[in-house]
Amino acid sequence: MHNRALPYLLLLPATVFLVAFFLYPFVMVAYQAFTTDEGILTTQYFTKMTSHWKFKPALNYTLLLAFTVVPIQIALALYMATLVSNMKRGRDLILYVWTIPLGISDLAAGLIWLAIFDQTGFLNSILVGMGLQEQPSLFLGYQNKGTIFLAVVLAEVWRATAIVLVILVAGIGLIPKEYYEAAQVFGAGGWQRFTKVTLPLLKPSLQTALILRVILAFEVFAVVVALGGTNLPVLMGEVYQRQFVLQDNHVAAAFALLILFISIAFTLLIMWVLRTPREARL
Amino acid sequence: MSTASTSVIGQSRVAKWAVTASVVFLCLWVLVPIYLLVANTFSSPAEVNGFPKRFWPSFDTESIEFFLNFHGVGSALWNSLLVASLTMILSISVGAPAGYALSRFEFRGKGTFRVLVLMTRAFPLPLLALPMAVMFIKVGLDDTVLGLAIVHTTLALPFAVLITYSLFSGIPVELEEAAWTLGCSRFQAFIKVIFPLVLPGIAASAIFAFVVSWNEVFAAAVLTIEHRTLPAFLLQSLDDAPLHLKFAGGAVLVIPALVFIFMVRKYLFAMWGIANR
Amino acid sequence: MAEIKIQEVAKQFGKTHALHSVDLRIEDKEFLVLLGASGCGKTTLLRIVAGLETATTGEVWIGDRRVDHLAPKDRGIAMVFQNYAVFPHMTVFENIAFGLRMKKVHNAEIDKRVKRTAELMHIENLLARYSGQLSGGQRQRVAVARALATEPDVILMDEPLSNLDALLRMEMRTELKSILAQSQTTTIYVTHDQVEAMSMADRIAIMHQGHIVQATSPVEVYRNPATRFVGSFIGNPPMNFLPAKNLGNGVFEVGGTRFKGPDVNVDSLEFAIRPEDIVVGQGEMQGRIRVVEPLGSHIQASCEVNGTLFRVVVDSNSVIKTGDMLALEPTADRIRWFDADGKLVPV
Repeated sequence: MHNRALPYLLLLPATVFLVAFFLYPFVMVAYQAFTTDEGILTTQYFTKMTSHWKFKPALNYTLLLAFTVVPIQIALALYMATLVSNMKRGRDLILYVWTIPLGISDLAAGLIWLAIFDQTGFLNSILVGMGLQEQPSLFLGYQNKGTIFLAVVLAEVWRATAIVLVILVAGIGLIPKEYYEAAQVFGAGGWQRFTKVTLPLLKPSLQTALILRVILAFEVFAVVVALGGTNLPVLMGEVYQRQFVLQDNHVAAAFALLILFISIAFTLLIMWVLRTPREARL
Repeated sequence: MSTASTSVIGQSRVAKWAVTASVVFLCLWVLVPIYLLVANTFSSPAEVNGFPKRFWPSFDTESIEFFLNFHGVGSALWNSLLVASLTMILSISVGAPAGYALSRFEFRGKGTFRVLVLMTRAFPLPLLALPMAVMFIKVGLDDTVLGLAIVHTTLALPFAVLITYSLFSGIPVELEEAAWTLGCSRFQAFIKVIFPLVLPGIAASAIFAFVVSWNEVFAAAVLTIEHRTLPAFLLQSLDDAPLHLKFAGGAVLVIPALVFIFMVRKYLFAMWGIANR
Repeated sequence: MAEIKIQEVAKQFGKTHALHSVDLRIEDKEFLVLLGASGCGKTTLLRIVAGLETATTGEVWIGDRRVDHLAPKDRGIAMVFQNYAVFPHMTVFENIAFGLRMKKVHNAEIDKRVKRTAELMHIENLLARYSGQLSGGQRQRVAVARALATEPDVILMDEPLSNLDALLRMEMRTELKSILAQSQTTTIYVTHDQVEAMSMADRIAIMHQGHIVQATSPVEVYRNPATRFVGSFIGNPPMNFLPAKNLGNGVFEVGGTRFKGPDVNVDSLEFAIRPEDIVVGQGEMQGRIRVVEPLGSHIQASCEVNGTLFRVVVDSNSVIKTGDMLALEPTADRIRWFDADGKLVPV
């Protein structure tokens, strides 16, 4: 019952698809970023990218956002996952509620938090209503980059912690209960069980969650646009500006290549830092 | 065993209270913002733009009617549906055979293919929209529903492959082999035995692909002009649209996604847990 | 007529040889058991006969048809799997009817045959249930019924009883033997359980490291193991072995005692005797008791003879304890001799 060609036939569509619409396009981005329309090799688009006044803030805000949002998400998801795994009743309901944001797009999340942070939004309504403020404040105005940043962080933590939670809960589900019981028999307390059993055995899941989240954090775009327009520049926003508004494909490609480079560099870093030898896996 | 081990730990009354409080707080943290969006959507435009805000809706449908009748919204909704459906069909029909091959065969090149699939994780995929824009102009797919669906399929395909791989792996090979020994060809065995068993899981991963496409903003905004999807439409009207249009649009974007997540909730953990290892 | 001929069948997985050129002939209506430890190649051989695995070289014949290039569905076989493989999305009725439906048997006939097989397997009251509503034993019955219903030329069974608990396994063993004897279908039955093999088989083929080392009747396998491996694998406790020094003229020195053995021209052989073939309390051979294990029907005593482990079986009323010296006398006609390659040396 073994047809040697069959597995290849079954893989063919997916392989062709990924080569044509994933590998090849990324080669094209690199080509676009390094050559002019006439096909001459150049680095001028990178010079153009880095010399623009928005480049540094965009790069800084993107990195700063990722390094603020992702650690909060990991810590919060770990906390939520432990809460849920100790739960006796209502576990499924709580998990469903906590994973709701999984289905919500970044744009919609931005709009949801806009309803809160807008000048006529719910936060101002509360503050003024309680007499803490005379007038509604313009949280998301261009001079309040700090509050825009805070709003973006809140929206991102609100929206994308769910995906980390799902990966971690699934990972915790794979750890046999006996390990905890063994640790308990040898005298480990709750915190020790968490640090000595859960965390090490959860490393592969943590690795996956981290890679996924860091990559997505570098792609942050719609939330920022919904909450701050162009007041808070980020890399992906610059790509969009260059490509769609300014029709400057080459510089857009240079930005894209930069995001790609950062993404791959961090993926490799996370893979190396959180590596688990094959033999030490569950 | 699990109930025994948790009760043995013997949490104090304060600790138990703190746990309950955390759980309630985290539920509110997720639900309240959604409630606020919905409350805004079911209030009149005057209330949405007014100040201070009311915390309960007036159940006025004027905002939602305004949104639905706004020029471009109808076609954007339709395009979103089309692109998401196409993405769903493409990613399952291309991904499921690959998932089946990975789960059932040992063959040379299997490792390479897995690397190709896992590589997509390290790449910011929405950026594909840039070179694809150029490619699509060449082949006449620019600003089309199909073109965007292809890019969205690239986003959804790796998950479709990994999820279907884990679904097929969850079905004992012996069921298939039993069917072969009882007179089925490989294809008949797949249709009569494997397919009915994986169908719910395939449906869940199809819904997942649908949501990926339904929610995607960047590629949609870059690749479409006339045939905008709902997220692309909303993104491009952020600057000038009134608040009640934004909020109603947000709600329309959120609600189907919520329904879908509810439908696949049973598969969420199993699928992600295995697909992401 | 459905005899099975397996000719020079070999199987390689990459660089490892799962099967080394196996030859085996199973007569029509014969019940052959493939017995061996896990990883010996018995399941691979069965799967090659079924067509679920392709042999690297060699031929498989069922009746007068060469089948090694045919799909499983065209071989006229039925198979019972270790985990039963009862289709979870079909009722018991549909499971049993599955093979008949594939053969396009008409409905009235299917109805009749499913009912008949179900009655034979005592599951006629379960026909409307799904696999999830059945116990392990019931699932096992469904799997056998499903295989019998198609009236195959050959039934292949891959450790069908190994997932049942001990009591149920014994019950099913007896029942399965009688049902298969009635159906008179050629059967290949794979197991690692020697009790199952001894009690059910017409003939046992013992496999070891990809070879068939002996294929003969259960009694013969027990009494005259072809190799040292077979002697140590069959029997619980297994055969005892002691080094034997050739003193010439067919006389060997074993554990400080002399025994008449084969007259061969080698320095040494290995002396072998089954624990129950030793008379305790007489004879010259001495063994010091190391462990005493009362088993109810008898006592198993592990002794040491010249530093080698030597097990004997004594009556449960015997009063023996660790440290005692036992006189041991192997029954002369039950003594077997093996050469340096582990082959049986005829006397």
